[in-house]
Amino acid sequence: QKVTVEVLDHLEHLALVDFRDAEGVERLQKAIEFANQLHEVNTEGVEPMDSVLEDRCLYLREDDATEGNCTKELLKNAREKVEEYFVAPPGNIPLPKLEERDTFLQGS
Amino acid sequence: AGARGCAGVWRRAWQRGAGGPASARRGQRAVACNTRGGAVPAGKSGLTPWVPVVGLEIHAQISSNSKLFSGSQVQFAAPPNSLVSFFDASLPGTLPVLNRRCVEAAVMTGLALNCSINKKSLFDRKHYFYADLPAGYQITQQRVPIAVNGSLSYSLCIDNKMSQMVTKTVRIKQIQLEQDSGKSLHDDTRSQTLVDLNRAGVGLMEVVMEPDMCCGEEAAAAVRELQLILQTLGSSQAVMAEGQLRVDANVSVHHPGEPYGVRTEVKNINSIRFLAKAVDYEIQRQIGELENGGTILNETRAFDSKLGCTVPMRDKEGKQDYRFMPEPNLPPLILYDAKSLPANMNHQQVVNIDWIHERLPDLPSVKRAKLVECYGILPEHSFTLLNEEGLTEFFENVVKQTQMKPKKVIGWILNDLLGYLKQHSLTVKESPVSSFLLADLLNLLEKNEISSTAAKQVLVELWKGEGKTPLQIVKEKKLELVQDQKELEQICQAVMDRQENEVIMMVLG
Repeated sequence: QKVTVEVLDHLEHLALVDFRDAEGVERLQKAIEFANQLHEVNTEGVEPMDSVLEDRCLYLREDDATEGNCTKELLKNAREKVEEYFVAPPGNIPLPKLEERDTFLQGS
Repeated sequence: AGARGCAGVWRRAWQRGAGGPASARRGQRAVACNTRGGAVPAGKSGLTPWVPVVGLEIHAQISSNSKLFSGSQVQFAAPPNSLVSFFDASLPGTLPVLNRRCVEAAVMTGLALNCSINKKSLFDRKHYFYADLPAGYQITQQRVPIAVNGSLSYSLCIDNKMSQMVTKTVRIKQIQLEQDSGKSLHDDTRSQTLVDLNRAGVGLMEVVMEPDMCCGEEAAAAVRELQLILQTLGSSQAVMAEGQLRVDANVSVHHPGEPYGVRTEVKNINSIRFLAKAVDYEIQRQIGELENGGTILNETRAFDSKLGCTVPMRDKEGKQDYRFMPEPNLPPLILYDAKSLPANMNHQQVVNIDWIHERLPDLPSVKRAKLVECYGILPEHSFTLLNEEGLTEFFENVVKQTQMKPKKVIGWILNDLLGYLKQHSLTVKESPVSSFLLADLLNLLEKNEISSTAAKQVLVELWKGEGKTPLQIVKEKKLELVQDQKELEQICQAVMDRQENEVIMMVLG
């Protein structure tokens, strides 16, 4: 089963990835096929595991204020800042719709 | 103006359409809205009534010293980006470390809301892009939250006088632990957003209520009771004005017996009063839209408090796909009780549900019942006492210091004291009249040294806060009741002598 253009477009919107060309899409396709091998395993009666940490103890920290106060250091990463605020665009700039953007997906 | 609460909504609906009472058909909801008070006026025939459905999502900021997954301090109003650690800023190589106090707060709240506490709960990532969410995802509990299936009971007054109260219940679907996001300040003039991450990562308890409510008044009463519970527990200070309690309302309408209508989500509600207004406005807007042949969009709307209406929110890119996935850096959260307590584990690493349960303080409902039993006051009085910060304590202090019966004292507290405080927008703490002074005054009244009218006059003087005692004011204004029999006879005789004609008229009947 090939991944549809709708799904690829949806992924590009959600994750802001750019499949760029047929090779990129093919790589995704192969990754899905690789992962689908999991379906060949009989998991009847086996509880799903979603983390290899499942038997580990979740460490609980005491409620003390021990971090922070490094404004200057953090702002060093900012391309733009105003007083001590990070600066961002006025809102999210969503990816244009499929029909409206220049992507190889259009041709598919 | 006019009708309040659910009865009001129904009556407005009736005016548009025909109808029998609301109780006729209740649809698929667990709790139906009852029409209250008075006969339902006859409406035009032909149109069927509407059933409004209201559900709430409430985010309560956990009252803790540090954040949910980092050691940054939690504090309102600090210099921007000063309470931010490398983890909060989502710098590479940092990992979440769960704060024990936040877990306890969520367990306490779950127990107080009659929930089942999940001994094993999981953390997930909820992905979306926004400038105040540096990681690009929020750590939350989508699959298995810490508490589920609870209930919250709250009371409503049937009429404006509070003389008849009815108890309602709303089901709690779940309570989950999650991170708060940072704050965005929109600078439209320069077309930019300023981001402050001080709030990013602060612990939140999301309380999800089932859509068992049907109007603004119910929603407001439920939230008020939740607020009191959280404040009593100390798990959250729940001050809406400081963003410690945020409420989003999900509103839809449908005809009885039909499936639920499309719902809208209403955000940007900054007070309990506005919550009631926002919900009622949205119900009316939807009814109006549908009766005019329009449709309701499944959208997010913001409440505009100045205009008293809801407007579509900007920046909504259609339906969001959050691509939930398990948080790979956190193992499951395991909680214990007396039975499952592990033998050789570090005390500090164990959260014992039973231990927490034993130490829960009296919840508001219990406190009210105790006040009614102990002092013989009415249930509605106990509501007012608890509703005002410090009022119960004030009342109890006065009772301790006076011979006057609590049933009489309560009138002075709720009418005179509270009336004055409200008039001047003062809190109980700011009252110029202390419980000591009021008790002093009530004692004079109780001993018949002054009349009730005189006592009110003294109170007016006491409000001025000039430091005089009630006795001093009584003497100054000569308000003492005359006790001497002879003196009283002389006064009465003098009056009658002056008004001979009137006396004759009275005697003749």
